[in-house]
Amino acid sequence: MSFLDYFRGKRAPSASVAKERLQIILAREHAGSNEPDYLPALKQEILDVVSKYVSVDQDAIQVNLERDDNCEVLELNIALPESKRGAQKSKQQDSLAVAD
Amino acid sequence: MAKVIVVTSGKGGVGKTTTSASFATGLAMKGNKTVVIDFDVGLRNLDLIMGCERRVVYDFVNVLNNEASLKQALIKDKQCENLFILPASQTRDKDALTEEGVERILNELKEDFDYIVCDSPAGIEKGALMALYFADEALIVTNPEVSSVRDSDRILGILSAKSKRAVDGDEPIKEHLVITRYSAKRVEMGEMLSIDDVKDLLSIPLIGVIPESESVLSASNSGVPVIHDIDSTSGQAYADVVDRFMGVNLPLRFLQAEKKGLLSRIFGN
Repeated sequence: MSFLDYFRGKRAPSASVAKERLQIILAREHAGSNEPDYLPALKQEILDVVSKYVSVDQDAIQVNLERDDNCEVLELNIALPESKRGAQKSKQQDSLAVAD
Repeated sequence: MAKVIVVTSGKGGVGKTTTSASFATGLAMKGNKTVVIDFDVGLRNLDLIMGCERRVVYDFVNVLNNEASLKQALIKDKQCENLFILPASQTRDKDALTEEGVERILNELKEDFDYIVCDSPAGIEKGALMALYFADEALIVTNPEVSSVRDSDRILGILSAKSKRAVDGDEPIKEHLVITRYSAKRVEMGEMLSIDDVKDLLSIPLIGVIPESESVLSASNSGVPVIHDIDSTSGQAYADVVDRFMGVNLPLRFLQAEKKGLLSRIFGN
């Protein structure tokens, strides 16, 4: 960087931003590469059904698929918003096991 | 036993053909009988980079369709005794490439050659898949730039899942990272991903770094692979890649920005 650049108001170096973004997207793509094709659609449909009854955020649903030797476990995690009537549970969990 | 090496990247315009041309030339200059095949059916360019575009009579697809023999289609390089070029067809499309056809030609070439360099087209379509399918080793050409790194990562996934070695459960393809268009100056300024950044992200062994250089364009302008330009940094860097591929242990070169004089340090460029 030249001396005059300090007065020109140079922007912050961008390489570290590039690396950070790549680390995140590559990790996500690696994780997604062995999940079944139907998972994103399944997630969306479940979200649609839940939103019919409760207003939930797009990010409030997490879908995880875990594989054991002879069984796959599909875990759904939906964070529901705090109910106005003051119900104790602010979060409910649902698990759905699918055996091969 | 002949070795099949694919030069691939996913992204276009990163230097696959430039690398294929110089790498194949370098192997041949070391005395290895080498053939370089253009897999970019419909958009051939290797002939231009190798400077043999006016000598193309028959092409890869002609040989696949038994319209010409390999001997008729192979073009002998003018400067290098051991080097041959198999150009792509300019008129057909990528569906002309079949697994059986490509395998037959590669097997025929393996009888005569030490190295078969496959110049892959960009993308992950048929042409790119056929170029990498039979590979024993791969050069992954990557620019220190986000989209190129991501696409290289994708291609690495395909090499380890869809190549013949992966499908047959054989020993995996040996992968080598070639970083091209590297600018030491921009890395020092924090504007460009460094070699270590790219290595960390892709986690495959590095075989060479080709600095950004004007000589690459003038080499392609004149149809002479840049490795012949022994005064240029990129030509020397490609020669190093070939040496390392042949097992010579060489330190990386051209990784420091040129030292600037006092005036340019004050006023910038």
